[in-house]
Amino acid sequence: MSRDELNIKDNTSLFKEERYVQQRENKKQFEAPCSEQETAEALAYSKSAEYMEKNFNRQNVVINPHKACQPLGSVMAALGFEKTLPFVHGSQGCNAYFRSHLSRHFKEPTPSVSTSMTEDAAVFGGMNNLIDGLENSVALYKPEMVAICTTCMAEVIGDDLNSFIGNARIKGVISEEYPVAYCNTPSFVGSHITGYDAMIKGILSYLYTRSGIESKPGSGAESGEKLNVMLGFEPYTGNFAELRKILGAFDTKYTILGDHSGNYDSPATGEYEYYYGGTKLADVPQAANALATLSLQKYTLKKTQEYISGTWNQQLAALSTPLGIKGTDTLLATISELTGLPIPAILTEERGRVVDALMDSHPYLHGKRVALVGDPDLLIGLIGFCLETGMEPVHIICSNGDVDFNEVKFKDEAEALLAASPYGTEATVHVGKDLWHMRSLLLNDKVDLAIGSSHLKFAAKDAEVPLVRVGFPIFDRHHMHRYPIIGYQGTLNLLSLIVNTILQQLDDHNSGFNFELVR
Amino acid sequence: MGLSIEENQKLVEEILEAYPKKARKDREKHFQVADEKAIDCSTCAVKSNIKSRPGVMTPRGCAYAGSKGVVWGPIKDMVHISHGPVGCGQYSWGSRRNFANGTLGIDNFTAMQITSDFQETDIVFGGDKKLAVIMREITEMFPLAKGISVQSECPVGLIGDDIEAVSKKMSKELEMPIVPVRCEGFRGVSQSLGHHIANDAIRDFVMGRAELAETGPYDVNIIGDYNIGGDAWASRILLEEMGLRVIAQWSGDGSLNELEVAHKAKLNLIHCHRSMNYMVDHMEKAYGIPWLEYNFFGPTKTYESLRAIAALFDATIQENCEQMIARYKPVMDAVIRKYRPRLENKTVMLMIGGLRSRHTIGAYEDLGMDIVASGYEFAHKDDYEKMLPMLAEGTIVMDDPTAYELEELTKKMNIDLVGSGVKEKYVYHKMGVPFRQMHSWDYSGPYHGFDGFKVFAKDMDMTVNSPVWDLVSRKGKMEPEEAGV
Repeated sequence: MSRDELNIKDNTSLFKEERYVQQRENKKQFEAPCSEQETAEALAYSKSAEYMEKNFNRQNVVINPHKACQPLGSVMAALGFEKTLPFVHGSQGCNAYFRSHLSRHFKEPTPSVSTSMTEDAAVFGGMNNLIDGLENSVALYKPEMVAICTTCMAEVIGDDLNSFIGNARIKGVISEEYPVAYCNTPSFVGSHITGYDAMIKGILSYLYTRSGIESKPGSGAESGEKLNVMLGFEPYTGNFAELRKILGAFDTKYTILGDHSGNYDSPATGEYEYYYGGTKLADVPQAANALATLSLQKYTLKKTQEYISGTWNQQLAALSTPLGIKGTDTLLATISELTGLPIPAILTEERGRVVDALMDSHPYLHGKRVALVGDPDLLIGLIGFCLETGMEPVHIICSNGDVDFNEVKFKDEAEALLAASPYGTEATVHVGKDLWHMRSLLLNDKVDLAIGSSHLKFAAKDAEVPLVRVGFPIFDRHHMHRYPIIGYQGTLNLLSLIVNTILQQLDDHNSGFNFELVR
Repeated sequence: MGLSIEENQKLVEEILEAYPKKARKDREKHFQVADEKAIDCSTCAVKSNIKSRPGVMTPRGCAYAGSKGVVWGPIKDMVHISHGPVGCGQYSWGSRRNFANGTLGIDNFTAMQITSDFQETDIVFGGDKKLAVIMREITEMFPLAKGISVQSECPVGLIGDDIEAVSKKMSKELEMPIVPVRCEGFRGVSQSLGHHIANDAIRDFVMGRAELAETGPYDVNIIGDYNIGGDAWASRILLEEMGLRVIAQWSGDGSLNELEVAHKAKLNLIHCHRSMNYMVDHMEKAYGIPWLEYNFFGPTKTYESLRAIAALFDATIQENCEQMIARYKPVMDAVIRKYRPRLENKTVMLMIGGLRSRHTIGAYEDLGMDIVASGYEFAHKDDYEKMLPMLAEGTIVMDDPTAYELEELTKKMNIDLVGSGVKEKYVYHKMGVPFRQMHSWDYSGPYHGFDGFKVFAKDMDMTVNSPVWDLVSRKGKMEPEEAGV
């Protein structure tokens, strides 16, 4: 057998072979497909202004939304705490979906269990499932805490988590002392960020209340310079590392409240351990005595922030994802203000280097029209970054954007930010719209670049716009989440991604004479 | 740990000791070690298709996943509404790699997420009115859509929405098939009931609604091939080369018309018997169409299946079949010659949905690999009865195994290759154990047919023999390095 005959083709090349092309043609006689003309006309129509108008007028159908449901965020939040097992109360399919979805993004395992409710639980309630589930999961997976969230099923039938957990204790399935935090996360309210917030608040308030500690901000054992920091629904494990680097440079003591980076960036050692890293449970009540809390996703962490400034009576600084130079400047100024510590020289130096890089690249970025998709806090950061590089945000879509913080809605803030810059004049912020709307926008009002998650790839392809993958989920590229996008280092990473995508486009679409060696 | 019946029985017992009493009693029923008696008489002691224990990290999904994710989703020229809150549609969006030809969003709607995105008000007031509007909007947005299916999520069943009435009314108004599918996630114990419900909906709303211009003696259907990585295409090409005419392909790269004309076939060829057996049974009763379960994984099973299929036709087809096998056999032998020495005697543990844990055994064996444990997520008794005779004595058979059980078995049996899904995959990477996603072919494929076996063999070699596994410094084995003198 010659080498040629053992030529093994992958599905891209295999199905381009003539025999498969013929098969495809032959199959059409049974498909009763639309004629080529009909398809071509429908395609052209779908790209038209008339279609776009209809698209924007639809009231009820949602096509390719850019959001997931609450309990997915809760599972991620629960994995931010030491030896904590996420526990999803409802039909088991939800938990299977959350585990798959998160694992596809991080390329890491997602330990999480379900109460596996079926028809009988729909009628009689899921209490027995919850009690049995606690007994089994604690015995098998030996968590130090269980963190329960609900699905839409449990919410619709009105299961009462508090009383069910109480009954589990009465039955002796778990001891009186065993920590079980919980939150309600109906999938028909909000999105994955709402669910993240609900679980963080659920865990903080639960561990604080049961500790008996009374909050005295700035009076803890490690008082003085101690900060609480929250990153929110954070798809980048690299961002945790970058933040640690920054806080380390300040030489401040800090507690990250909800750190899932350990679980989603664990080493391959030959042994799997279920739980990696996470905020220490004992650190949570102590966090009530910290000087202040810094939140890096103010729209995501709405209720948690209210809780911290209310119940813990603590100073709270709430920002959006600190992207770009100015975003990072604000982050450093805020840390400095909260701790009373000066901005470290090493970071100022780093800033200078990244500004230098931005200067080198700015000719390729300036005036580039950009489409953006993401969660509210990420978008605020991205808009800021685009404006400071001279890129012009044009279409901005936030499917889950109808959230406010301190009575400022995301949309208002985004629009104010854009209005303050000459590079933001062309932008429109669409809240509650989906990626099918984005398709129309991209086709009818062309941009140079799209920035968003993997889900944006379909619209970007139809419009022949290069896509820079940022946000959640990123399913179709590897290791993106390991590189920070926040801080000065993150700014450099984001800049490299964007400018090199643009340079690749230049090379791909050159006219021959301008296929140049030096850019 | 080899394939000793007693040793493996003991091993299973030891593993199950970690469970609380009630759960242990239940889990015990889901294991069986293959012995002579079980293999010979196909007796099956394994309990299956019953509820998972709460809190145990079951690999299973739900009825919605079975209906929308597996059966209906790949029907490319219909729009499938994920009716209810946003999550289910989002998570099942493009995550099963069922390839389909066509233009996405124009005449192909497979890799899209079309949802009613239920809000609190829909839960309170019901989603029926909204559903009707959604259907009208779908015909405006997607004028070439041939039909619509409504895939109901948990709340829809709980609040008592009448999706059947809305579908009936709107089907008349919009003059296209609109199919309500009651696949709420809480129904049944796994994806399996979703397949059944989806099949019933095909039967009730689509089957027999169109005719073929002409029928012939060689008209067959491919049933239960979801075209993962192009599987159905790699299967179809063999049937056509043999002289058969495939008039419908379900549901990978499938179309509404193919569902509607399938009743005109002379024979149903079913690959995933678990998910579509209801369909072939119905078509046999209602239309007198006989059916045959076939297996196109690995040359041995593919030859067997091709011959069994040909045997149901005339001498021409049988002759074509033999000629075709003669043409492909040297290539298949060459693939085996190349890869078998690299894979000989490697141990394999499988835990896949409802068919591949059985169907892929032959392909692994063609490569000289030994299946030492095999189980299904959502199989029924008949699947185990068919699987047991294929296994060597001492093989561990498991139903709905939990993450904990799989991990313990992998460690204690010193497994060389684990084949399962994305939820399991990265656990084994931490453990330094070679792993393939056998639900989605790990973004490779096809694996069916002769073209598919080449990819399968190459992938298994790549996985088992990658030098990357040698880089894992196993904790137990790690010793502090002494400074050189």
